[in-house]
Order: sequence, then structure tokens, then C-alpha cells
Amino acid sequence: MNVKTKKRMLETLSFALKLLAGLVVVFPLIYGLCLSFMGMADIMANPPVLISENMTLANYEYALRRVPMLTYFKNTLIVCFIEVAAQILTSSLAAYAFTFFEFKGRKFLFAAVTASLMIPYESTLICNYLTICNMRLTDTYLGLTLPFLASGMSIFLMRQFYLTLPMELKEAATIDGCGDMRFLFNIAFPLSLPATCSLALYRFIDAYNQYFWPLLVTNRDDMRTLQIGTGILKDAEAANYGIVLAAAMIVIVPAVLFFIVGQKWLIKGMLAGAVKG
Amino acid sequence: MAGKGIGKRRTLLPYLLLLPSLVVLGMFVFYPFVRNIVLSLTMTDVAGNVVKFVGFRNFERLFGNKTFLNSLQVSFRFAVMVGVPTFVLGFVLALAAAEQKRGSRIYETMYTMPLVIAAAPASAIWYMVFSSTGGMLNYLTGLNHPWLSDPSTAIWCVAAVTVWANLGINIIFLLTGFRNVPQELIESAKIDGAGYLVRVRKIIVPLASPQIFFVVFYNIVTSFQTFAQVRLLTDGGPYYSTNVLIFQIYKEAFYNSRFYNACAMSVILFLIIFIITRVQFFFENKGVHY
Repeated sequence: MNVKTKKRMLETLSFALKLLAGLVVVFPLIYGLCLSFMGMADIMANPPVLISENMTLANYEYALRRVPMLTYFKNTLIVCFIEVAAQILTSSLAAYAFTFFEFKGRKFLFAAVTASLMIPYESTLICNYLTICNMRLTDTYLGLTLPFLASGMSIFLMRQFYLTLPMELKEAATIDGCGDMRFLFNIAFPLSLPATCSLALYRFIDAYNQYFWPLLVTNRDDMRTLQIGTGILKDAEAANYGIVLAAAMIVIVPAVLFFIVGQKWLIKGMLAGAVKG
Repeated sequence: MAGKGIGKRRTLLPYLLLLPSLVVLGMFVFYPFVRNIVLSLTMTDVAGNVVKFVGFRNFERLFGNKTFLNSLQVSFRFAVMVGVPTFVLGFVLALAAAEQKRGSRIYETMYTMPLVIAAAPASAIWYMVFSSTGGMLNYLTGLNHPWLSDPSTAIWCVAAVTVWANLGINIIFLLTGFRNVPQELIESAKIDGAGYLVRVRKIIVPLASPQIFFVVFYNIVTSFQTFAQVRLLTDGGPYYSTNVLIFQIYKEAFYNSRFYNACAMSVILFLIIFIITRVQFFFENKGVHY
């Protein structure tokens, strides 16, 4: 065997091993997917099986028909849309102010935004819940989304990007009679589209996967989100676990597709999001 | 962070631009943060209204409370049980995926995929993995063990799900670090006869140390914030063996309506996370060696 073929074989072996490791990582997903097509007898089979003759779509049908999965889906999408749109708007406006304007209190306000990054979500949760209760906003989309309409991290991320825009651009635009708001919407915003997309994808996944907050502020079944619905189903349908797994798959599949398509931008958003406070 | 502002036009515009963000941050970050501290120094009724000011009595009582002390201990143990394996597995997989070549995108995507899987559906699947009848884990180990209802193994189950969920983000950051290492450096080390492990230890690890530090601390902080898996897999049990601090806070506030206690524990959780991030910044500012 010559050196070249030996090298080729080693390469193939290393690829196979890496792929195997990948299969181990995603195995729970495959396992869940297979079991979601099975009845209880097959799910509980010992030894476990991944493929059975009696695979059906019954669990999915049940999950979609008897459980308001579609309502949960709608609620989740509405919440995601509100949070993503609001954060893009609020953080673009704020970042624009911080980068292109000189004003009294700018340093202080920016320090406040930075300080907000140091406060973990968990230590505001209880009092935010009390606030939403006092405002009688439980079981509303507003209650679900209000605390997430702006975030220090998003402001930071957008500012990071606006800082890369040359100041001369703004000066030239001003000389040409371009107003401040027109500059933001017609020039700065389009130029920052890649950063905005990363932010949007990152925020979308964040909102889609939220669990703690919607658990607190929703009680009515028709206001639950997908995550909460799946959780409730898990506690309620232990006797027919296939339904739970079908529901889990309904939640997972869009996220996975989303990941495969938007991976590059999502990762960019995540890397940029890990700013030092 | 020098401003790029032009001239000194006095205008209200920047304040108006900042207004929406500042209102939201004020109402839902700063105000609740301060109110949380205030409530921790009071007695509250079941609706969270202040009844009277009690100073540090809530904290004094907490440190004599077995359930709280247990949850603190569980949280710290959990941090180690999550932090160490997540980092080790993330490190190995990121090293494996570091070299970009044909087909590497496939396994890179596989390694990082769990990061978009929410805790609720993930817990639903892993619940089946740990199940005592027909569960995958019993089959693979050849045991017949009730993993989730045995107090000594339940915490490991929750930790395993958390490791799996956090793996992706570890890999993403480590990959960035590893791929930033200049290729010439690695090549010249190869020529000098440095083996793979030597190259990893002497070149890749030092150069990627900012990312390594980041994920190590990230894992510790997120382990203190782990809630959904606990809620869905074990509900804090059996016998409080998975009753991490954040879960105890949740129960005190939303089952027992003892908001004052929950707020006091939140302050402690905040302090823990604050100290960890301070330590992190301290190391980062010391210039993680290049």
C-alpha cells in the first residue's frame, strides 16, 4: 500500500468517525422521530425498536386534532413576530442615537444599557410577573411580549454594526439635505441588513423556545405557546406517550429546518451577542 | 466608545430615538430588579404587596432553612455536572470539526443542531430515553434502573439533557477560536516535528483561550439558570434531589405565594451569577494569554 492510499484511507476513516459522533449527537432526535409514529406497545417494547410494522400518523392526527397544537403554533408565531419586529425597531433607533448623535447624558444612558446586560432575566422574573398581573395582562399577547420588546444585547449588537458605518456618510447625507430619519431608514438601515438578519434569526429562535415566562403569564389553554403546550401534554398524556413525542416533533421540525437554512446568520448573531458587558 | 456625533445641534431627536428602549428596559429590567431587592427585605402578602419591612430577616431565616441550603448545594453540584462534560465534549467535537474540508459542514451541523431544540420537546424525548420500561438507556447499559425516580441518578439525567442542549453553543464558540489560529503557525509547528497533541496544547489552546474562557463561564452561568428540564423531567424531585435554586424560587413564588422568600433567593442567585461574571471579567482583563 503506498503512502497516498494510506492517507486517503485515514481521511475516510476520520470522516466516518466524525460523522458517527454527529449521529450520536442527533440520535435523540431520530429516536424521538421514530417513536412518534408508534403506538404505546411499540414504544415500550424491550429491547427498544426504531422501526416497526405498525407505524402510523395517528399520534400526529391526535396531536393536531384533539390538542390545540395549531392554536399553540399560532400563538408562538405571533409572539415571535412581535418580539422580533419590536426589537429590530427599538434597537435600531437606540443604536442610531448612540452612534450618530452627541447629546447630554449619552454616556450615562449607554452605561445604563450596558448595566442591563449584567442583570440576569431570572432576577427580574418575579417582579415582572407581578407587574403584568397588576396591569391585568396575563393571557394576552402584550403580557407575553412586553418585557422582550427591547433588550440591551440587541442595542449593543446594532450599535456595534453602526459603528462600522463611516461618519462621512452621515455628513455627506446631511449636506445633501437628507434628514436624520431619512438617513436612518433609507441609508443606515439597508446597509445594516446583514446584522439585522442575524439579530432577527437569533431573536426568533430565542422567542420560539421561551419556556419560563409564557409558563407564568398564560393560564388559558387558547393562549399557550407551543413549548408550554408540549410540556402540559407530557404531564397529561403519559399513558399514550406517542402523542407527546408527535407534539415534540411538531415543535422541533420547524426549528431544525430553520437551523439548517439560517445556520450561518444565526451563528453570526450568537457570536455577536456574546459581547462583554 | 468615542461618539461619532456631528456638531452640537441641540435636538430632542436622540432622546426620542432612545425612548422606546429605555421605557422597556426601565419597566422590565431596572424596576423589577430594584423592586426584587426591596421585596426581599419585607414581608409580602399572597399578591406580592408589602406588609412590613423586616430588614435582613428573610436572609437570616433562609440560611437556617434546610430546603434552601439543599437547593444551593444541588445548584453548585449541578454546575459542575453540567460545566465539565459540556466543555470536554464541546472541546473534542470542535477540534474534530475545526479543519474545514469537503463534507465537514455535515457533521458540524449535526454537532451544533441541539442548540435550536427547545428544552420542552428535548425533555419529552429524553424522558423516554431514561424511561424504566423500554427506555434506551436501560437497553444500552443492560440495566433495569429507574433513572428519573432514583434520587442519586435523577440529577445526572437533568444534567445530561442540559449538556446536550448546551453543546452546540460551546462548539460554535470553540470553533471560532480554533479557526482563528493562523494556519502558518500550525504548519511551521508541523515542520518542526510537533505532533497533533503538542500542537493542540501549545498553539491551539493558548490562541483560543478567550473562547475557552468564555464557554467555561457560560456553562457555569447557564447551569444556574436551568429551569425547563427540571420542571419537565423531575419537577425538582425525587426527594429534592434536583431542586436547584431557580426551581425553589419558582415554587416559593408561584406555588406558595411567598414572594418575599422567592425575592430573597433571587437576590442570592443574582449575587452568585454576578460574582461568576466578575471573576470571568477579571481573567479576561488580565489578558488571557496570547
